[in-house]
Amino acid sequence: MERFDRRYIFLVIFLIVLFPLLMPLGLPIRVSKEVSGAYEAIDKIPPGSKIYFACDYDPGSMPELHPMTMAILYHLFSHDVKVVGACLWPGGPPLLEDAFNKVAVQKFGKKYGVDFVNLGYKEGREVVMVSLGRDIPATFPADFYGTPVGQLPVMRGVRSLNDLDMIVNISAGYPGTKEWVQQVQSRYHITLAAGCTAVSAPEYYPYYQSGQLVGLLGGLAGAAEYEKLVGVPGTATRGMDAQSLGHLAIIVFIVLGNVMYLYLKKTGRLTRR
Amino acid sequence: MKREVPLIITAIFGCFMVIDFFVPHPLVSSIGETLQQWAIIVVAFAYVLGVANIARISGQKISRRSRDWFYQFPLLAGLVFMLTVGVVWGVGERTLFNDFYLYAYSPMQGTMFSLLAFFIASAAFRAFRLRSFEAALLAIAAIIVMLGRVPVGTLMWDKLPVVSDWIMNVPQMAAKRAIMIGAALGAISTGLKIILGIERNYLGGE
Amino acid sequence: MLPLPVLTTMAAVLTIAVFTFLYKDNPFYKFAEHVFVGIAAGYVVAIEYQNVFLPNLWRPLTAGQYVLIIPFILGVLMFSRFTNRFNWLSRWAIGLMVGTFSGLAIIGFAQGDLVAQIQANMLPLHAHSLIDTFSNCIIVLGLLVSLVYFFFSKEHKGVLGASARLGIWFLMVSFGASYGFTVMARISLLVGRLLFLLMDWPASFGIQFVH
Repeated sequence: MERFDRRYIFLVIFLIVLFPLLMPLGLPIRVSKEVSGAYEAIDKIPPGSKIYFACDYDPGSMPELHPMTMAILYHLFSHDVKVVGACLWPGGPPLLEDAFNKVAVQKFGKKYGVDFVNLGYKEGREVVMVSLGRDIPATFPADFYGTPVGQLPVMRGVRSLNDLDMIVNISAGYPGTKEWVQQVQSRYHITLAAGCTAVSAPEYYPYYQSGQLVGLLGGLAGAAEYEKLVGVPGTATRGMDAQSLGHLAIIVFIVLGNVMYLYLKKTGRLTRR
Repeated sequence: MKREVPLIITAIFGCFMVIDFFVPHPLVSSIGETLQQWAIIVVAFAYVLGVANIARISGQKISRRSRDWFYQFPLLAGLVFMLTVGVVWGVGERTLFNDFYLYAYSPMQGTMFSLLAFFIASAAFRAFRLRSFEAALLAIAAIIVMLGRVPVGTLMWDKLPVVSDWIMNVPQMAAKRAIMIGAALGAISTGLKIILGIERNYLGGE
Repeated sequence: MLPLPVLTTMAAVLTIAVFTFLYKDNPFYKFAEHVFVGIAAGYVVAIEYQNVFLPNLWRPLTAGQYVLIIPFILGVLMFSRFTNRFNWLSRWAIGLMVGTFSGLAIIGFAQGDLVAQIQANMLPLHAHSLIDTFSNCIIVLGLLVSLVYFFFSKEHKGVLGASARLGIWFLMVSFGASYGFTVMARISLLVGRLLFLLMDWPASFGIQFVH
């Protein structure tokens, strides 16, 4: 079996994922309580409030996390919530900019600096988180474009994270949700909702059960569920059919691999390395 | 000087991060904040050091004519290009820097990560063997979760997502919590050993 | 700013170049790989310069906050690693970073993980519904037996051995769930790249290939 050319498997998985993208099946999406937890917490934020949007990812996990960012920003701006966005991943600021442009500007006509701001990137990981809990302008003296934060109307009255109603974190790993829980939620007791890659989601379930996270969106499925809740199907919803068939293919591979293994073992044709 | 000074710096910064949490005095807060602002700056230099090292190794490969040395030219060209346009013309939207981020950096990184879809499929076929009860338990949990999280699972059996959610929120969560508690104890003890100067491996030799 | 079709075509070519690795390692992939490393490295330094060096160090320093000369010097000392004689000076900056992150880790893990998670596991073993009672009992039992598995100070025999074995079962279920989620993540990434090739790229030429 080790000699089996794996490129056939590559071809099969490629075609299986490609097919539903060309011909969507429109399978129904069910919302989990972790995702509705995040939705309900964001839904309760009064219009005019300000929240901190921690966009901690880069293009490596963009297909999973960017739809989440778009859906949550859609929800926030539809409620007239103001958003202070920033990144602890160097690759994050242009993605946040892209999401703000597509949602805040194009869909809701919101104004940069008044309704939302992209503070850009800051190095220092946990240090930055703790520092934001004390003094945001000292940590981010200027936004992504170099404008001093004092000149931005949305930053008026925002001294620390305590002046904001909630933190929404979209996380691809370290630094991300775990560190926001450890350094900010448990230290400053601010409401925290998180969206993360499917790889890291299982690790954060204890935080959801303990109430340290009010909601948790895991991977593309989490993003698709959120898109369903806000009523704006996007790329996550579109990808769920491909996701379904992809999962089925992997399960078939596991079963097939084991059947062949047993067969070869029984017939004594198994090659060992 | 060579070992004592860094150990003292480690102890001072480490202790202040801990004291800062327990002592809510304005003086302590002020010192803590200053030290944190310094740390932000120094860590940024560490990143630049890493990139300088990439450039140095790349240059060495060219000068030594190592294997595939000519691929170092596009590497260095990409580095110099992004650095120059980013530093000189800025990093905001509608800049050359942003264009190359969105249409070169972003697709290549995304595609490199997406290759893992193919390798995980290949591994599922060639390496996922149910040789023991524990392995079977792992496979069953994996299959239920894989199906329970996607629409096709609901079509197969409408209670499958409920079972999947239960696995995630109960046995899975309990085991992850145990790992979390164990890791926390480990991290706390390692942190204390570093601050107290018992653990010094990070200083290297000599 | 370059025209959109040019940019999307560049992205598509680079995407396909990376995908060619699936057939076998080849010059197109190697070229794309090296360009990526170069662009990523240049990107990081430029963003550190614009978003950290200028606002957090250079502008306040030149505006009179001279105390910032200390982290500036410590940062520059990191480059002493490139010399044989003075490389020990870089340890000062390393000491600063290691100390800071260790201190924060102690607080973070103690407050955010250890205390909060132990507290959260204090669940009622007799809840409102039968399923909640059962689930709570499983959570409490699962945590205890999984922790027993990590307890290596005593040989895993007798009750301890049985508990540790049960702990392994819980851990296996947890690893299985993680595997399932990992599969989900990997497939999503492929979906993302295929959507780009099928939708965004043709759309930049005004072609709607997929509805």
